[in-house]
Amino acid sequence: MKHRRSFPDVLAGVVFVLIGGAFAAGSLGYELGTPLRMGPGAFPLLAGAVVAALGLAIVVKGLVAGEVAAFGPVPWRAIAVIVLALLFFGFTVRGLGFVPASAVTALLTTLASTRVRPLMAVAVTAGLTVAGTLIFVVGLQLRIPLVGPWLGF
Amino acid sequence: MELLDNLALGFSTALLVQNVLYCFVGVLLGTAVGVLPGIGPTATVAMLLPITFSFEPVTALIMLAGIYYGAQYGGSTTAILINLPGESSAAVTALDGHEMARQGRAGVALATAAVGSFVAGTIATVVLAVAAPPLARVALQFGAADYFSLVLLGLIVSIALARGSALKALAMIGLGVLLGTVGQDIYTGTPRFVFEQRELYGGIDFVSVAVGMFGVAEILRNLENERTRTMVVSRVKNLWPTPEDRRRIVGPILRGTGLGAALGVLPGGGHVLASFTSYAVEKRISKRRQEFGHGAIEGVAGPESANNAAAQTSFIPLLTLGLPAHPVMALMVGAFIVHGITPGPNVLTDEPELFWGLIASMWIGNVLLVLLNLPLIGIWVRMLHIPYQVLFPMIILFAAIGTYSLSFNAFDVYAIVFFGLLGYVLIKCGCEPAPLLLGFVLGPLLEENLRRALIISRGDATVFLTRPISAVLLLLTVAALVVAVLPAIRRRREVVFSEDE
Repeated sequence: MKHRRSFPDVLAGVVFVLIGGAFAAGSLGYELGTPLRMGPGAFPLLAGAVVAALGLAIVVKGLVAGEVAAFGPVPWRAIAVIVLALLFFGFTVRGLGFVPASAVTALLTTLASTRVRPLMAVAVTAGLTVAGTLIFVVGLQLRIPLVGPWLGF
Repeated sequence: MELLDNLALGFSTALLVQNVLYCFVGVLLGTAVGVLPGIGPTATVAMLLPITFSFEPVTALIMLAGIYYGAQYGGSTTAILINLPGESSAAVTALDGHEMARQGRAGVALATAAVGSFVAGTIATVVLAVAAPPLARVALQFGAADYFSLVLLGLIVSIALARGSALKALAMIGLGVLLGTVGQDIYTGTPRFVFEQRELYGGIDFVSVAVGMFGVAEILRNLENERTRTMVVSRVKNLWPTPEDRRRIVGPILRGTGLGAALGVLPGGGHVLASFTSYAVEKRISKRRQEFGHGAIEGVAGPESANNAAAQTSFIPLLTLGLPAHPVMALMVGAFIVHGITPGPNVLTDEPELFWGLIASMWIGNVLLVLLNLPLIGIWVRMLHIPYQVLFPMIILFAAIGTYSLSFNAFDVYAIVFFGLLGYVLIKCGCEPAPLLLGFVLGPLLEENLRRALIISRGDATVFLTRPISAVLLLLTVAALVVAVLPAIRRRREVVFSEDE
């Protein structure tokens, strides 16, 4: 087998070690109990330790015989825009109401593509807002006001 | 003739107007997401789950099941027409199906896939109806220790069948189990890992996990490389197979159905394995082996029947043991629980209408799928022209609305951002998200039964080995683990998967 280092493998292992370790450490703060009557901390401690150990094994394997060669391109723009769009929706849907929150979220999301054209973005936004309103509010009777209190209603 | 009575009960439930309607909506949506690349049944079921909370339980489950097996149909359409399998199980259909399309026989290939799927779906539904009740009776004998071992076996087998690194899949299961411990402890009520967040007391919502990992993360993956898809969609004409074709597809359909029905029961990607195995079998026993890869109709009929049969029988572990075999099944466990039903052997006795109604609806769904797919094939072909720039904003927006409507709380929307980013990084590092979701759903079951078994045995851990059922299950678990991790066997398995790819 070829000996090669793999950055993604090591990263995956580190993520597992960190999360598993964090859960294991956190569970020490809860009662561990006895085998007869396990406390709330026992199972997470066990599972956390297993995940951390597996993570360690993945790190070692990644350093010796990696599987994933390269991390590949990362669409920073898409990540930023989509995260922003979802956070915006969560933050404003109650205040702005369904229609404005959906429209802004859809518009922001269309910008995630590097090939977006302004006309296309506006058309998609309008279409999705109408479709979303029809499906969720009219069709499925979702109880969200169309326009919210922040806009003076 | 208990079976006939039961089926009659099932059909009387499934044929209620609203149930047929939502069965239709389910298979329609399923076909659509199967056809459209970039969104799969898991993300769709997760997004639609909140909507179904207000439905009758049986109606909700009928629709969600329809999405699942409808997607298997839709995936083969794109595989044949544009050589782009919409679902992983349709990957082998593309080999000969697309070749047939290039020879101008797209219609015949589509008809073969539809007929094969229908026959397989019908037979597998009967298998499900016959096999489920005895299995459920066996499952009723299971004690807490046996359940613990069973869940463990299910989790381990699911990675033995999955592709990619077994070590990473194990770690993903563990991560899912850990995420499942968030929330109030079932025995003591102690809030665990909640960080003072009121929303976390009830645990992380599995809809957020699924939408984040399978919806948001998948979109980020697709936006890495934006290429214009070159679309050479073949014209579809002449749906009817010639008498020669009809003679050639009977055997593959029946063999594919048998293989699929058997392999579908296995947890984790049984339908993918089924279609690959069926293709390999057909190729091996065919007298026209050289035709395979160049438009052999057997190469479409066998795998398509196999994956559809497997899609039906993968409901067996869910309905009899409460054990999901696929991420979509894991979401259905959630759907059961939301409606106050614990999935498992008790469903059959406590909710016979739901149990038999769901089974009967699958047959109705298969009829609807044939009607939807053959005469209306032109509509699906046209759907392929929807550009991705329209699709992904739609998925993001609907994901946001769907998760928000879970409890009208923005917290769930923030949660899909978190799981989307976590899922994206992990997928980039070569970790599949499916084991995580299975671990997340089964983790609490694992903990509950572990602790209950130890309480019953008065803290004696050997109970897992002294109870015969549990001991056998643990033995199988160890065997599955060895198969998954041993490099020699792994390599042979890679060969099975990569053959002819």
